[in-house]
Amino acid sequence: MKTTEEIYKILKEKYPESTGDLITGQPVEEFISIAPLKISEICLFLRDNEELLFDNLMNLSGVDDANGENKKDETGANTIEGGTLGVFYHLESTKLRHKLTIKAAAPRENPEVASVAEIWYCANWHEREAFDLYGINFLNHPDLRRILMPYDWDAGYPLRKDYKNPEFYQGMKVPY
Amino acid sequence: MLDFESEKEMITEENNIDYKSGNIKTEEMVLNMGPQHPSTHGVLRLELELDGEIILNVIPHIGYLHRCFEKHCEAMTYPQVIPYTDRMDYLASMYNEFGYAVAVERLCSIEIPERVEYIRVIMGEFQRIASHLVALGTYGADIGAVTPFLFCFRDREKILSLFEMTCGARLLYNYIWIGGVSHDLHPDFIRLAKEFVTYFKPKIKELNDLLTNNKIFIQRTANVGVMPLETAINYGFTGPNLRASGLKWDLRRDDPYSIYNKFDFDIPIGDGRMGTVGDSWDRYYVRVLEMEQSLKILEQALNQIPEGDVTSAVPKRVKPPVGQIYSRVENPRGELGYFIMSNGTVNPYRIKVRGPSFVNLSALGELCRGHMIADVIAILGSIDIVLGDVDR
Repeated sequence: MKTTEEIYKILKEKYPESTGDLITGQPVEEFISIAPLKISEICLFLRDNEELLFDNLMNLSGVDDANGENKKDETGANTIEGGTLGVFYHLESTKLRHKLTIKAAAPRENPEVASVAEIWYCANWHEREAFDLYGINFLNHPDLRRILMPYDWDAGYPLRKDYKNPEFYQGMKVPY
Repeated sequence: MLDFESEKEMITEENNIDYKSGNIKTEEMVLNMGPQHPSTHGVLRLELELDGEIILNVIPHIGYLHRCFEKHCEAMTYPQVIPYTDRMDYLASMYNEFGYAVAVERLCSIEIPERVEYIRVIMGEFQRIASHLVALGTYGADIGAVTPFLFCFRDREKILSLFEMTCGARLLYNYIWIGGVSHDLHPDFIRLAKEFVTYFKPKIKELNDLLTNNKIFIQRTANVGVMPLETAINYGFTGPNLRASGLKWDLRRDDPYSIYNKFDFDIPIGDGRMGTVGDSWDRYYVRVLEMEQSLKILEQALNQIPEGDVTSAVPKRVKPPVGQIYSRVENPRGELGYFIMSNGTVNPYRIKVRGPSFVNLSALGELCRGHMIADVIAILGSIDIVLGDVDR
């Protein structure tokens, strides 16, 4: 059983460049930030290392950090430029009984994160969901399609903070 | 006059079918099951890739019940989210509220009175029994045994009546609030609940005689859809499905929340009694055994419940500090996780729900590969999904 600080030290030693900061001071959870394109490599290490053995991905969640610049477009609606979209990974080891939260943040204009679907199968649908609702592009994902929204949805990614309701969907007026 | 012989030759040459040597060309077929199929338990479309009657792959298409839960939450205050959580896993509404309340209380560090904890555990365990009764009853009905379905629903009605007596609703309760519950128990509740526990105990044996040990049922389910333990963990299986594969893993014991550490109960696991460990029969039987354990918890809780005020800790205004939390509880179907991000206002910044059905369903292709079409129904019923929880 290891604490987040101990795991952070191991990761920092093994991957000094891809491991970002340990964010503490949160009221409940602390997490480690990781470079988005190295996440699959690091996750494989986290799963297979004898001391860590994170065999279970509890949750994978996309988040709009909305830390860019707020602007108004020509219709007066809010848009965000710059900043990042984040992905939170909640890992757990059923054998060693410890937990870990890591976060990858990718630039909003081109959100590319390495996929972990080959490491934990359950990430497949979670990543599809994050792609569907946030437009995060998971590289090397086996089957990156929309999952909750209709396959022909073309009005953007609904959970982004600057999402606008479309006026029409497939030629039909959207009520509000 | 037509020359039949030459025409026949022409056709055979065109299609390149060589009837004599038996080299008939075959091809894979794609068959749609659902979205309006009675045994998909809701609106789920399965795309079956078939080789004859053998399943090569199953591709689930979900999203027909998507009600934008996560988007709605961002426009609500924290207490307003509770009625929405009811509507996710609508067969285990109490537990959805329970999980959400636990998550927000952890985020805001709210201490709640002991009586409230007991009421929540009692409601949660009744909900678990009610939910398992639906799972077991409909599973029997899917496979062709309709009588157990009626027996299960008869007993579930009694639990729903207890819920109705408590909060006025039979399915969608809005009962467990952040920091407390909406009403105290009805004065007769404890007596009637105890009566139900004594009444229900022999009914499990009845169910076993009728369905569990039924030869036809065993033949339909044993050795069907076997999930080995390592694969089950990797697919994120939780709850009864994971325990059926042989891991003693229950969040009530392994990641305790509320007051579950005060109660004495066992964690039943699958032992491959009728076939292989982790087959559909095991997944079914673990649920039967879990109902017995829930009764055990209920007996203890109903005897120990203290007096007290139930709404004293309900905050007037929920405004958590900036930060995020992933909190999980053991829903009847598995790990129900709430990932809540707060930016210090009264509205949640982000709520993501890790629905157990969503994750369990993603393994369907793996479970069905190599089986017959009829087994898809047996396997889908055994992983016990609720589409409201899958689509949110």
